Amino acid sequence: MGNVSINKLDISYDTTFILNQLDLSIEDGEFVVLLGPSGCGKSTLLNAIGGLIDTTGGSIYFDGNDVTWADPKDRGIGMVFQSYALYPTMSVEKNMSFGLRIAGVDKETIARKVDWAAKLLQLEPLLKRKPASLSGGQRQRVAIGRALVRDAGIYLFDEPLSNLDAKLRTELRLEIKKLHQKLKSTMIYVTHDQIEALTLADRIAVMKDGVIQQLDTPYNIYNKPDNLFVATFLGSPSMNCLEGTLYSNGGKVTFFSADMLLDVSDYQFMKEPDDGQHVTMGIRPEHIQTLEADKEDANLVSGVIELVEPMGSETLIWTRFTSQQTLSHSVSSELVFAKGERVNVKIEPSKCSFFDTETGFRI
Amino acid sequence: MNVIAIQVHLKRNSFAYLAALPMALTVFVAYMGTMFWSVRLSFSSSRMLPKDDFVGFAQYERLFNTSRWISSLENLLLIAFLFLAICFVLGFLLSVFIDQKIKAESFFRTVFLFPYAMSFIVTGLVWQWIFNPQLGVQKTVQALGWESFKFDWIVDPDMVLYTVVIAAVWQGAGLVMALLLAGLRGIDDDLWKATKIDGIPAWRVYISIILPMLRPMIITTVVLLSISIIKMYDVVVAMTGGGPGVASEVPAKFIMDNLFERANIGIATAASTVMLSTILCLIAPFIYSNYIKKQGR
Amino acid sequence: MLSILSPTNSKLASKRGSSLQMQWGRIGIYGFLLVTALFFLLPLYVMLVTSFKGLDEIRLSSIFAMPQEFSWDYWKIAWSSACTGLECSGLKVGFWNSVKILIPSVIISVMFGAINGYALSFWKIKGANILFACLLLGAFIPYQVFIYPLIRVYAEIGIYGTLTGVVVSHVIFGMPIMTLLFRNYYSTLPLELFNAARIDGAGFFKVFFVIMLPMSTPIIIVAVIMQVTNIWNDFLIGLVFAGSDNLPMTVQLNNIVNTTTGERAYNVNMAATILTSLVPLIIYVASGRWFVRGIASGAVKG
Repeated sequence: MGNVSINKLDISYDTTFILNQLDLSIEDGEFVVLLGPSGCGKSTLLNAIGGLIDTTGGSIYFDGNDVTWADPKDRGIGMVFQSYALYPTMSVEKNMSFGLRIAGVDKETIARKVDWAAKLLQLEPLLKRKPASLSGGQRQRVAIGRALVRDAGIYLFDEPLSNLDAKLRTELRLEIKKLHQKLKSTMIYVTHDQIEALTLADRIAVMKDGVIQQLDTPYNIYNKPDNLFVATFLGSPSMNCLEGTLYSNGGKVTFFSADMLLDVSDYQFMKEPDDGQHVTMGIRPEHIQTLEADKEDANLVSGVIELVEPMGSETLIWTRFTSQQTLSHSVSSELVFAKGERVNVKIEPSKCSFFDTETGFRI
Repeated sequence: MNVIAIQVHLKRNSFAYLAALPMALTVFVAYMGTMFWSVRLSFSSSRMLPKDDFVGFAQYERLFNTSRWISSLENLLLIAFLFLAICFVLGFLLSVFIDQKIKAESFFRTVFLFPYAMSFIVTGLVWQWIFNPQLGVQKTVQALGWESFKFDWIVDPDMVLYTVVIAAVWQGAGLVMALLLAGLRGIDDDLWKATKIDGIPAWRVYISIILPMLRPMIITTVVLLSISIIKMYDVVVAMTGGGPGVASEVPAKFIMDNLFERANIGIATAASTVMLSTILCLIAPFIYSNYIKKQGR
Repeated sequence: MLSILSPTNSKLASKRGSSLQMQWGRIGIYGFLLVTALFFLLPLYVMLVTSFKGLDEIRLSSIFAMPQEFSWDYWKIAWSSACTGLECSGLKVGFWNSVKILIPSVIISVMFGAINGYALSFWKIKGANILFACLLLGAFIPYQVFIYPLIRVYAEIGIYGTLTGVVVSHVIFGMPIMTLLFRNYYSTLPLELFNAARIDGAGFFKVFFVIMLPMSTPIIIVAVIMQVTNIWNDFLIGLVFAGSDNLPMTVQLNNIVNTTTGERAYNVNMAATILTSLVPLIIYVASGRWFVRGIASGAVKG
């Protein structure tokens, strides 16, 4: 149990659409992350799956059953919230067992389930404590425990780590991943943090303006973005974008931008590009090879370093190539570069992404 | 919205609708129903007993030909203006001074606000005694040797309104102080650091920066005080009984007298309809912007 | 919640000028505050000293002088044998009437406020905003507009001039501010908490009684303080709806003081006045900042 299928889902307030004709299908046991900037509709989508907001149109199926209008409690879901949403007047144990007690489950079963979840999340020593006396990380573990106790087929996470500090976030992220591997339940996870999305997801749905821009594996989302939005939303430091023109001449394709001329025949075009098509080339900083100025190679571009940003494990270099073009490229932090120095960089066409400038779609 | 959506909505929220029932009854029966009834009566010829005929604006004509009503309106305007102005200036000064890291702050705060906990009846009675020429300030000063001293405002038709204003200010200034102080305490300390670096004198900061920042709180205060003035009844009853003559008559008391003592329902409801329309005009935009627009979720 | 609850922080520390100037400034501030404090305390002082004086002393000495002969008798008279018209059983009748009015009125109106506020903040009721706006509007409308029709309705259903009548009136007229108080409080609680409870399968009353109400202690205290003060201090509703057997203390006080027969017993009157204000005064002093919080959260946090 646990596959989710959403058909032509509409959600609107007054006349503004939050979600518009959204389709999404999630396999049993899959970990899907809804990723996007704030206001993109990802939390709305999650709340709709949880039955917490009414839909305007379309339908939601769990395992083939129409749950569009089912009560949240009848959907077989567990949910974890950003603000933990623990019941402040109840102990950890009571928090976790509240749903079962309401459902009239017998005491023995409740105790067994609470014990199981507490063991899984190392909550045993905290069971008698009130939420107010717990740290943020502990609270969120309790909230996860509360969701687990419900023995649901589908778990929903609404930015569960956003209120935690960076270190705890990494720890808990790992814990959630292990949990998924152990339970093999369907998990739908909303976040605006791309690292969380990339590390946790089987598939990521990148959303913008209530529309899923791309639904794919983290690898493809990162390396083969479907459009400019996905390309620039993911990646830190972010992708370089150069606008230019493609010239196609008997199987040889060249990209021309300002003074830069690149042979991009190696790039896997989805279809033969038009001659003279206006395109945007995207290349991630780590995919630009930095060479010393006197090396010679194909697709070399030469420029002057404007800014050097050491980032710990690597160093990001901003180099000006023409009057209008600056590219960022990362090098190992072992190598020392200075402002004003001249460098050559090599752009590997197969690592690039090309987008139609007008539509923003990958070509 | 389709049929299922409405059904599900009603089913999920059925208890919420049930719980809202007393509220709806209060609004529709106790407030609106009675309000419309009052308004309806004001267009009838009701005197001692209510009638359901229709005489147009005859009662309003009578009402505005009643000198007692006219003077009650004039009195209310004067009281409202003075009360608002004095309460506000005094309350603002008090709040600013209390905010100067003074000693015994909580003592001063307690003293300035305690009258607000007292009933209007008590307020009226106690000030009646202080202003009473045979008992209070006048007698005390005369006993000190200044035989010709006169302080008989409360029995002087020209001055009696000022005694009412003093009593009302005593009761209400603390509210302004408390609310504005809450506003002052909410102002970021960094703002003070910034004005210090810019070298702006403190009084100037208060006038040009702080007051505009307190705007929402000031509006709220003004509305609250205005309402208490329009409703003003108890304090006048206890203090002056509307006298001497009709010198301190106020609309709320005029209505009560016509309802109960003079058995003049038509005039009373006409007068209350006038009050009602005035309040509605003053208040509706305030309620809308302050409580409704920002809060929905 | 409100910064007024936190201790003061320096503002004038940033004031510029020589230390001498600043010292004069401080003196001015304290001078103004002290004089104003005297003005505010004066009526209380007058009531207190006069309530202990004999009538002769009142006639001869100043209203501001301390009593020469200190006597509690006038307090006793005020409590148990002062006259209103022909009846001479003192304020205690009014006191107990007020208590009888107060207890059910406060309990019921706070309860309605809490449920209304909860329903408005968390549940989707169509037209809720309009309803709430109308309710608030009611708080601003003078009682005079409602009184006559209400009397007729009460008379029709047989509660005019009864305890029930006053209590119902207090509940009706207290509903706007109580609802506002709780609605504002519940709007500060995260919606996620409510959603979590719904996923756990809790219904309307379960969420209210098990989750929301236990979290509401602070606002319940504020609401109770406000309602006790308001209802105790009420004059008009008691006067109109209570009937002669249930007149609250404020009405009785006014009757005692304004009884025109015989010489005015100022000492008894002032003792009676203090007695009447004792309940709100004690509440005010004991509750301290909660009181301020009440008026501020009812008014400002809209």
